[in-house]
Amino acid sequence: MVDIRIPIGLMFSIVGGLITGFGFFTMSNTEMYHKSLGINVNIIMGIVMLAFGLIFLFFAFRKKKKA
Amino acid sequence: MRVDLSWIDYLIMIIYFLFVLGIGWFLRKFMKNANAFLEAGRSIPAWVAGLAFISTNLGALEVMGMTGSGMKYGMMTTHFYLIGAIPAMIFLALFMMPFYYGSKARSVPEFLKLRYDEKTRGLNAILFAAMTVLASGISMYALALLMENVLGWNYNLSLWISALIVLGYTYLGGLSSAIYNEVLQFFIIVIGLLPLVFLALKDVGGWVGMKAKLVPIAISKGFAPDTYMSTWKYTGHASGNPFGVEWFGLLFGLGFVLAFGYWCTNFLIVQRAFAAESKAAARKVPLIGALPKMFIPFLIIVPGIIALVLSHDPGKGFVIPADASGGLNYNLTIIMLLKQYLPTGVLGLGITALLASFMSGMAGNVSAFNTVWTYDIYQSYIRPRTNDEEADGKHYLKVGRIATVFGILLSIASAYVASKFGNIMDFLQTIFSLISAPLFAVIFLGMFWKRTTGHAAFTGLLLGFLMALLHHGLTTSAGATSIVKGGWITTLHTYPVEMAQNFWTAIIAFGVSTIVTVGLTFLTKQQKSDAELTGLVYSLTPRTIVDKDLPWYQRPVGMAILVGSIFLLFTVIFW
Repeated sequence: MVDIRIPIGLMFSIVGGLITGFGFFTMSNTEMYHKSLGINVNIIMGIVMLAFGLIFLFFAFRKKKKA
Repeated sequence: MRVDLSWIDYLIMIIYFLFVLGIGWFLRKFMKNANAFLEAGRSIPAWVAGLAFISTNLGALEVMGMTGSGMKYGMMTTHFYLIGAIPAMIFLALFMMPFYYGSKARSVPEFLKLRYDEKTRGLNAILFAAMTVLASGISMYALALLMENVLGWNYNLSLWISALIVLGYTYLGGLSSAIYNEVLQFFIIVIGLLPLVFLALKDVGGWVGMKAKLVPIAISKGFAPDTYMSTWKYTGHASGNPFGVEWFGLLFGLGFVLAFGYWCTNFLIVQRAFAAESKAAARKVPLIGALPKMFIPFLIIVPGIIALVLSHDPGKGFVIPADASGGLNYNLTIIMLLKQYLPTGVLGLGITALLASFMSGMAGNVSAFNTVWTYDIYQSYIRPRTNDEEADGKHYLKVGRIATVFGILLSIASAYVASKFGNIMDFLQTIFSLISAPLFAVIFLGMFWKRTTGHAAFTGLLLGFLMALLHHGLTTSAGATSIVKGGWITTLHTYPVEMAQNFWTAIIAFGVSTIVTVGLTFLTKQQKSDAELTGLVYSLTPRTIVDKDLPWYQRPVGMAILVGSIFLLFTVIFW
């Protein structure tokens, strides 16, 4: 069967990368981040998701090599 | 109350949809027979099934409702995640799963057939099938309405598109696809709501700030200062807490009857454990699910409590829109919070999380519906098995797929009926949900008392259900305005709050069902021999310990102790 960690890892890496990029792109937009108490949550959550996705991919492929 | 999304928010949503459908597409080639399609070939690893187990329960109505309840009742809402779930999940794992899984039953109705008889199965199968279609129709209606009001999407379009996506991946990959997607959805829900929790907490001054700001609110409503941060402390008397329920009702009504009825016998939920790769894995499924379950309140109830604080601080400009009858529409709490705190980007993620929760709930209903329809109705009454196992597998696969399409179409139809006659649909759903307390009584007696007979179980199930119906028809709760809240025959008793009425309905259903089943068992003759009941009844099943070599945390009992300890710890901390 399919290893579910691969699609999860892929999706979070792609979306995480996208949101991180968007966060950097909108860094100077203080008006937009007024809502989120002046914190650029896009960069933070983007990096969290990217890391999460890569960890899933890492474990999925590490197991594959063994098998 | 409009929320404006930009291109990046939509892009995140579209990427998510592509992955959801992609998982179904990859799994389609494994769907060679009914067994693979409807039972996931009994090959799902324990951790995957465990996350799916709680994800199915985490539907959109659950997420929206629980945040709303957090705002209404405060910390007491966590009872639904602690006493109302954990003991039942531990019991299911340790004591019931060996018989469910070991019996080779493919559904809960089929277990009733093996343990009791055909009529008990038939009654349960028909009520259950109707319940799943109603439930998914109602949540579909709620979601489409939300999309229309908040995002400005077309009602019909949102309804059909969301239904078609769920149809797409469940049709292609069956239960495996539903389960795999539920795991993806679980992580999306957690990560999508995470920024909301942090920002909202930061805004009210952290945990300490939130606690301090709740004090004047509690006092203004006539409660003790720390009421909104307490769970058990003020349950000595029903009027001392916002739930309006005393400790006995919570412990017995929610913690025992409702929780055990839901978590131990609802096929929607236990189907995830049935799909596990082995008996040992199946026993771990509810325990793996229980671990994150205890932390979900931080994601969906704590924001609701913060909404309560915000709504008392005019400076924040936080308002919950009113519903049709003029009261606050608590179901919109989560959406209003997303609007309050999340900027473009993570906002798309938050909305995607809500869509994901809707899909996991709906796919759960559909995949349970097609299994019960194919195995318990079609295979039992319309076209029984033949001698050709391979041809049968193909035939029932086709039937399962058609049932999936029909299940979705029926859900869409019931969503449209709900948008015209919302109350009647809610009423029907309430009625069908009354089946679970009697069902738990009957399954429990069946598993632990070999004498229990089929005639007794059938009558117990039916009478328990009818008595619950009667109680619901004769009582109502204060301020109730529609038949959904009871009192549709005449009102003999008025409960102070709806929750108390629900608890007592369940307690009565369970009580009647137990008394009738036990009584009739003594009056009727056991039709099944001991040999037939081996593997289905506790006293007739040889106990074999197979997990001696595993470390303690991989054994069901060790995991249960871990889960139980965290549960007790939370109960004490948030007493």
